[in-house]
Amino acid sequence: MSFPAIEIQGVRKAFRRREREAGAPWWRRGQKEKVALHELDLIVEAGGVTGILGPNGSGKSTLIRILGTLLTPDTGRAMVFGWDVVTDALQVRRRVNRVSVEAAFFKELSPWENMVYASRLYGNTSRGTRRRVVEILELLGLPKDVIDQPMKQLSRGQQQKVAIARSFLTAPSLLLMDEPTTGLDPRSKKEVQAVLETLRAEREITVLLCTHDMDEASALCDRVLMLDGGRVLADGSPDELRARHGAATLEDVFMDLTGKTLEAEEAEEAVT
Amino acid sequence: MIGLRGSEMSALFGFAERQLYVYKRYWVWEVVWLFYSIVSVLSIGFLASGLGSLGVSGGSFDLRRAQLYLLIGALLWGYLSLVFMEAAYAIAWERWEGTIEYTFMAPVRRITHLMGICLFAIVYGLARTFIVLLVAVAIFDIDFSHADIAGALVVLAASLAPLIGLAILTSVLPLLSPQKGEQMSFAVQGFMLLVSGVYYPLTVLPWPLQAAGFISPLTYALAGMRRSLLEGATAADQIPTVGILLGMGVVLIPLGFAVFTWAERRAKALGLLKRSG
Repeated sequence: MSFPAIEIQGVRKAFRRREREAGAPWWRRGQKEKVALHELDLIVEAGGVTGILGPNGSGKSTLIRILGTLLTPDTGRAMVFGWDVVTDALQVRRRVNRVSVEAAFFKELSPWENMVYASRLYGNTSRGTRRRVVEILELLGLPKDVIDQPMKQLSRGQQQKVAIARSFLTAPSLLLMDEPTTGLDPRSKKEVQAVLETLRAEREITVLLCTHDMDEASALCDRVLMLDGGRVLADGSPDELRARHGAATLEDVFMDLTGKTLEAEEAEEAVT
Repeated sequence: MIGLRGSEMSALFGFAERQLYVYKRYWVWEVVWLFYSIVSVLSIGFLASGLGSLGVSGGSFDLRRAQLYLLIGALLWGYLSLVFMEAAYAIAWERWEGTIEYTFMAPVRRITHLMGICLFAIVYGLARTFIVLLVAVAIFDIDFSHADIAGALVVLAASLAPLIGLAILTSVLPLLSPQKGEQMSFAVQGFMLLVSGVYYPLTVLPWPLQAAGFISPLTYALAGMRRSLLEGATAADQIPTVGILLGMGVVLIPLGFAVFTWAERRAKALGLLKRSG
């Protein structure tokens, strides 16, 4: 029987910043508000991979951070396995882990030291951890000898794999993956995607995958949400979305919905 | 998996162990800081020695006592300021390393997080201060024959309570201001050095600074330890000082956590936890 892993009702998030208008005196600063996420309603059933697609600034990371208890919504309610992300944050954190685009590690420490630290934070003792760490790293195709090298000496792809291994070590029920393959070389990207495919097949973990790689989303996700400007533009399986819009690819679906390509959106973001 | 209390203990130890790993990797820095601590204490000791040759003598002036007074101040300030800054840098460390979001997402109570950092700071501070003390004793032939070590240790232990409270209050600063919070921690440390009677009695200060010294827990910690080390005050004699220090701890630790909780909520509302700030 399926049950919701994520329930979001009317969640909105805006960021306010005090800024000086061009030409205004230095003391006159006005509040500027940028809405990162408009009122969002969403239910994600447990198991499988749900993709959140959109360009930079579309609200993907804001959504991930809200579910990870790192941001509080301005309005509305977000629940993870029935626990409120604001009032039951500790319960939510016991069930969630996150792999972000920037592998958050103590760079001078080794993968082993970082992982034993993570293991302790999630209430495990170090007994048996080394064996599990080696097993997980092997599963991800990392050579054994990297385990005791400082993280800063590892390649970007290797660091990202350690980040994924670290998340597996804590056995989360919900895995939030924020652009996990961005910046990886093609081989590492394929290896990470293979791990995601395994997770999808086993359906023991619910994965929320943020990406702007439409091919990746198409290959890995059971369901896809397209976000732009903090609003959901489309929701469905990759096949449904393509059929609904008479498009060959998800990139074409996005173009049909926004009139822009994802690359153009990102280029625009980079300029502004 | 172990029970809730066990998992918090595991996390508490995890924070202390992580700090140990970090310090092992930055061991060259630690050697430099140890050298700096030794040099600072020795400078103060030689300053006291130099007072005699500068003509400060006669009357009631006791050069040996003045030297001991200053050395005790330097050693204790070295220890207490180290514990204070280590704890106060709990958040700054995470910002430097880019791990703040990972740590704040862990299923750990904030009290466990901060106490884990404090635990490491206390043990590490003791180890470093012990080495500095050994060097100081060897060079200045310090006479502790009149000292009551037990009395001094009781005061030292009691002083950790308000110090941890104050450090938690200070650790909030990088949460409030990702860009300037770190520097503000230094300002707080410097102000405590000024007003807490580390190298001089409070009476030499202008009255507003004396008032600030009156509410600084370090003032009582230093005065109490000097009484034990210079005048032989016993643990029983130190009961009033210990009472003041623990009383300050009872106020400052919950206040520190309350302020930290408020600052964490604010950071999550404003999106200040992000790595770049």
